[in-house]
Amino acid sequence: MITAGIDAGSKNTKTVILKDDIVLSAASVLSGFDQEKSAEEALNSALQKSKTNREEIKHITVTGAGMEAVSFANNTVTTITANGRGASFIFPSARTVIDIGAEEGLVLRIDGQGKVKDFGINEKCAAGAGAFIEAMSRALEVDINTMGELSLKSTKKIPMNAQCTIFAESEVVSLIHQKTSKEDIIKAVHDAIADRNTSMVRQIGIEKEVALIGGVAKNIGFVDSMNKNLGFDLLVPKEPISPEYVTALGAALVARDKLGG
Amino acid sequence: MSNTESNKEYWRWTESRYTSPDIKWEGGDIISAGVDVGSVSTQAIVLVDGKIYCYSSMRTGSNSPDSANNAMDWALEGTGLTLDKIQFVVGTGYGRVNVPFAGRAITEIACHGRGANFIYGPEIRTVLDMGGQDCKAIRVDNRGKVTAFLMNDKCAAGTGRGMEVFADLLQVHINDVGEMSLKVEEEPEPVSSTCVVFAKSEAVGLLRKGWGKEKVLAAYCSAMAHRVVTLLMRLGIEEKFAITGGIAKNIGVVKRIEDELKIKAPKSSIDPQLAGAIGAALFGKALVEKQRKKS
Repeated sequence: MITAGIDAGSKNTKTVILKDDIVLSAASVLSGFDQEKSAEEALNSALQKSKTNREEIKHITVTGAGMEAVSFANNTVTTITANGRGASFIFPSARTVIDIGAEEGLVLRIDGQGKVKDFGINEKCAAGAGAFIEAMSRALEVDINTMGELSLKSTKKIPMNAQCTIFAESEVVSLIHQKTSKEDIIKAVHDAIADRNTSMVRQIGIEKEVALIGGVAKNIGFVDSMNKNLGFDLLVPKEPISPEYVTALGAALVARDKLGG
Repeated sequence: MSNTESNKEYWRWTESRYTSPDIKWEGGDIISAGVDVGSVSTQAIVLVDGKIYCYSSMRTGSNSPDSANNAMDWALEGTGLTLDKIQFVVGTGYGRVNVPFAGRAITEIACHGRGANFIYGPEIRTVLDMGGQDCKAIRVDNRGKVTAFLMNDKCAAGTGRGMEVFADLLQVHINDVGEMSLKVEEEPEPVSSTCVVFAKSEAVGLLRKGWGKEKVLAAYCSAMAHRVVTLLMRLGIEEKFAITGGIAKNIGVVKRIEDELKIKAPKSSIDPQLAGAIGAALFGKALVEKQRKKS
């Protein structure tokens, strides 16, 4: 049985094609303005990768901030539910899931089946989310994909305002003027958003194991700051399912459930 | 800076300096000064016997001592007055402890209260200071002494910095934002996101929907007005009510605050961005008088 999950995120739209318990393929495109079109593109790209025909897909479930726009899907599911399912599928031992996307941070407590027991969300403010790191990478003129590695070269601890992205941007600019090295500034950025997310996690309460998903989980510098803050290592998905696809995977699993699989 | 370059920097407000044509510092009894090193702008002002003699207002640089020095140098430029002839300098603002030539540092809340009393008169009881990186609601008595206050310094929403981001995004000069936002036939729904980063994305969406710049600015000015009114409501407003700080010059925000409160804020010929520095200089004058009494 083949199903598809689509995660129409604020920044990227991701699709996962699932055959029984095996992920056939995953694809991501920029969300852009027309979220239905992006969902279509992401789906087609994933179909191509796995050499699957559209007709073979028995059910499509969509989730994410832009899910209402995707009319061709068979049903919708909240990001929270999809996250629980997806994370639990990859890490059956996970009881807490942290999802850090482009514009929001989410923490959920789940049971052994991936069912959500409690959750907390920050969607009001960009600080703590991917948009924060993105703004800093622009201010520093550093490719966002290299930030993780660069920050691991620093051992300094520079306190930074993580309450507001706009203010932190000014702070980064002053640090540049003070000739602070890029590595040290990037580490300060990661420490700052790790602090903010750690306090969100602590509010909900930590039960081990703890999984970290969402696009920001690909940043090894941020993961390192989080691990140091928490005092243990987070579970981070690795290939073939990279962290940003976990929500779409969860949606594909929900689609499978719908078919009674 | 070349013209083309400054045209690109829509957020860059006009820096200014002034010398009074009517006052001679040479005949002054008490010469005091105030320097307000804010997170975004720095003002230095010299009072001769409690009257404004000269001032400068410029952008804060990357370090506070340099910003204070530059602002003071520019204020004194061409006046013949030198720093050693100023009897007392008070520093205020975010960088107040880093004013190298100041005899004392006093909080900007106290200084804005005192400054608003000077600019708008002793009937002022509530002051809204809308600065570069924070926003404060202050209650004062008839001498400009602070009796209560509330502030937001955690988030760029409702601050000058937030407005600069929007000026840049819409490519409208910051000085024109207020006027332009009033050129709408009907007031649009305010921008719904509080966070400036999200408000920016929301604004891009509105532009794509075909909204004009005027309408987007109206939606943002009205969101900002609503946000600071909430702060004022929490403190409680007692009339008369005045606005200080850079945003006090943005008619689009001021008018919407007035409409929401149904209270008019008085106007003055004195630049409201100077309130903090004026307050500091007045404290400087009082300190000189106190020293004299002692000796």
